Amino acid sequence: MSSGLDLRLGIDVGGTHTDAVILDRTNTVIAKTKQPTSLDVTSGVRAAIAAVIGQPGIDKGRISHVMLGTTHATNAVLERRRLHSVAVLRVGAPSSVAVRPLFGWPADLVAAIGDHYTIVAGGYEYDGREIVPFDAEATRAFFTSVKGKVEAVAISAVFSPMFAVHELAAADIAREVLGADIIVSLSHEIGSLGLLARENATVLNAALTEVAREVATALTTSLHEYGIDASVLYAQNDGTLMALDYAVRFPILTIGSGPANSIRGAAFLTGLNDALVADVGGTSTDFGMLVNGFPRESTAAVDIGGVNTNFRMPDILAIALGGGTVVRQTATGVDLGPDSVGYRLPEEGLCFGGITPTVTDAAVQGGRAVIGTVPVPDEHNEALTSALVVVDSMIAEAVDRMKLGKGDIPMIVVGGGSVLIPDSIPGVSKVLRPEHYDVANAIGAAIAQVSGRWDEVVSLAPGRAEVIEAACAQARARAIEAGADSEKIEIVEIDEIPLAYLTHPVARITVKAVGPLGRL
Amino acid sequence: MLIEAGDIDALARGCAVLGTGGGGDVTTEALVARQAIEQHGPVRVVTLADLHDDDIVMPVGGIGAPSVSAEKIGSGAEVEFLRTIVEGVLDQRVGALMAGEIGGGNGLYPIAAAARMGLPLVDGDAIGRAFPEVHMVSMHVAGLLPEFIVVADERRNSVVIRPIDGEWGELLARAVTEVFGGSAAMADYVMPVSRARGAIIEGTVSQALRIGRSVQSVSDPVAALVDAVDAVKLIEGKVTDVERRTAGGFVRGSVVVEGYGPDAGRLVRVEIQNENLVVLEDGVVLASVPDLITLVDSHSADAVATEVVRYGQRVAILAFPCAPIWRTPRGIEIAGPRAFGYDFDYTPMEVSRVVRA
Repeated sequence: MSSGLDLRLGIDVGGTHTDAVILDRTNTVIAKTKQPTSLDVTSGVRAAIAAVIGQPGIDKGRISHVMLGTTHATNAVLERRRLHSVAVLRVGAPSSVAVRPLFGWPADLVAAIGDHYTIVAGGYEYDGREIVPFDAEATRAFFTSVKGKVEAVAISAVFSPMFAVHELAAADIAREVLGADIIVSLSHEIGSLGLLARENATVLNAALTEVAREVATALTTSLHEYGIDASVLYAQNDGTLMALDYAVRFPILTIGSGPANSIRGAAFLTGLNDALVADVGGTSTDFGMLVNGFPRESTAAVDIGGVNTNFRMPDILAIALGGGTVVRQTATGVDLGPDSVGYRLPEEGLCFGGITPTVTDAAVQGGRAVIGTVPVPDEHNEALTSALVVVDSMIAEAVDRMKLGKGDIPMIVVGGGSVLIPDSIPGVSKVLRPEHYDVANAIGAAIAQVSGRWDEVVSLAPGRAEVIEAACAQARARAIEAGADSEKIEIVEIDEIPLAYLTHPVARITVKAVGPLGRL
Repeated sequence: MLIEAGDIDALARGCAVLGTGGGGDVTTEALVARQAIEQHGPVRVVTLADLHDDDIVMPVGGIGAPSVSAEKIGSGAEVEFLRTIVEGVLDQRVGALMAGEIGGGNGLYPIAAAARMGLPLVDGDAIGRAFPEVHMVSMHVAGLLPEFIVVADERRNSVVIRPIDGEWGELLARAVTEVFGGSAAMADYVMPVSRARGAIIEGTVSQALRIGRSVQSVSDPVAALVDAVDAVKLIEGKVTDVERRTAGGFVRGSVVVEGYGPDAGRLVRVEIQNENLVVLEDGVVLASVPDLITLVDSHSADAVATEVVRYGQRVAILAFPCAPIWRTPRGIEIAGPRAFGYDFDYTPMEVSRVVRA
């Protein structure tokens, strides 16, 4: 890398704050800022960029990469705003007809994306045979019928994560009928096995393309205005990065990138590869597990805006406990939250001269933190002391729920409210509070690597080792395709789930490969 | 009684509890059932007493790997197709459908077909829970032979199997299922009502509904569930160890739960083979197959399947009595502890409990 181009700008858009950091070639934080997240999100991002590049000693001309973690896509789904209308094609009949596409979706979301769907013949068996031949004619007829009514297409086929031919054939027809520029999302590129959840994620992905394009345009325009000529990468939900063009094609993968970034940032700031991470915000605390340097992924189905999806997300336990969580005295003790004074803590908290007892006041009164402008009045001592006991038990329970093994593990605490966390927690060997804990998520975005993933159901008959080796090769190839340096790719995860109720050994193999960015 | 679209959630939760850790996921089958009822109307649930002696009851279910059926969902028309084949073999009309297995997704399996064809659904099934093998059914206990088994796929392929006994039926049905792509629809032990009496387990659809409704909008779902099924809460605690491996097409292993609250200091182990088989404490059997053993989430009382149970989960282990037919000598021989390779005799859970107290 040339010495003139050695800085990275990491940006993380959170619910309350938009953080930005600049890291130098040794990954040292040389500038950071926290700005309020704006209603339109984009102007908050611009403000954060302006604030961080405006800091002394920053030569913006040396920024080579910009990494963005953003909630744009999440908000668009939750608010049903700016979504494309989507033609939903499933290839699988006569199988899968028993549940139609979009069945069980919230009505307002269906209205937002149109109600255009069909199921045509095709799809594969788990062993690679066609269920029946692909029906190209019916596919053409469907796309013709929605011409002029849709802006995007979502295509899913049975067992496509392993055998994508029918999805690709359908995509060709979509472009032929609806124009070469039509947005096409293919399920095998988005999700793993489990048809309905994967199809749902694919439809959401297609619907989000407009939002993704807007964000990409806004960001590149801002960067251009500020004279920053850098490659833009997006953080995704597994803690790795994807290129801008990839993010525009797969906006759904940005959902959940916030917690992933804070876990990766925590790993980087402490040098640990395996630990529990607590990201303490104003209203809630997210607990996640760092395993082999990456967030542990959730095994449960993930619901986005009322839609069941199965795409990969960090396994997060969120509890309603943050710096602004309100403490209330009751007849039998104290109640904590779930409401929070949030960003108004500096006006409302007792330690700032306000009148609302909060968990931060409890931490101050208990000697855990030195925050605020005035001493916490003595009249609240009893309630605040009790509150701290409740805080500790909530944390202890969350820790216990997240841990997979019996031994004690280290815990890394990040986020603005981290003073709440005590130094001694059952099951935790030690509590680490790294420098720059308050912008760990933006740092996580800035230091992230790129990944490739492979997921298939396969017979173990050729030999287990051979089968796993082949899957690893596929994952590596995907990582290289996503921009990883082919020399430095590592396999970070191999999962083997045997299938029950079959007579010969068949397993579902999932492999993830990651590597640092190659030359761009 | 009618099953309407709004009942499916409760029914699915109940079927999951009766799945005793296995039986396959209920989510997809619940969607299938809801879509069919919304399209074709509610399903009438009948008892054997409501039917004529010579009405034909057709038990149905899905067979194969749950991970395949979550990807290759059915056409919804398989049961209709099974019916035409069955009627061809018997030269008689089918009068009612029944779930072969109430536990897990198979408990919901006949709902969609019953709605589509306007056939009544028998309030009962052939297991009263979930069991891993095809011959572990009440008709086999009652000495009936599966004269024929029909296995069909979504393409309208079908095979009629005429096995010499239940074990052969199991082997052949699995082999056919694999050729069909790892998941298929099956009808077996098709019989007139006169033979079904005493050979099926009645009331299990209502039971599943009762279970599901008991836990909806109550402050203590676990207590409500215990009441609804006359269960015993063996322990409430945290999962501290999970071990799983695959052997012979089954997931085997164990789950250790460490008690908290009133159960602090206790350590209980659940042994699994797709379903929860045995609960042990200090070498003493607290409950075993064929009695039902279900792990439920300690807050929501949602059933926790053996495939997803993991360290740190807060669970209650519930045991409740199996149907009386499983407690007959032949029932215990087919699905008691020794049938699963354990070297101890079955003791009904109520008795284990008294002895322990």
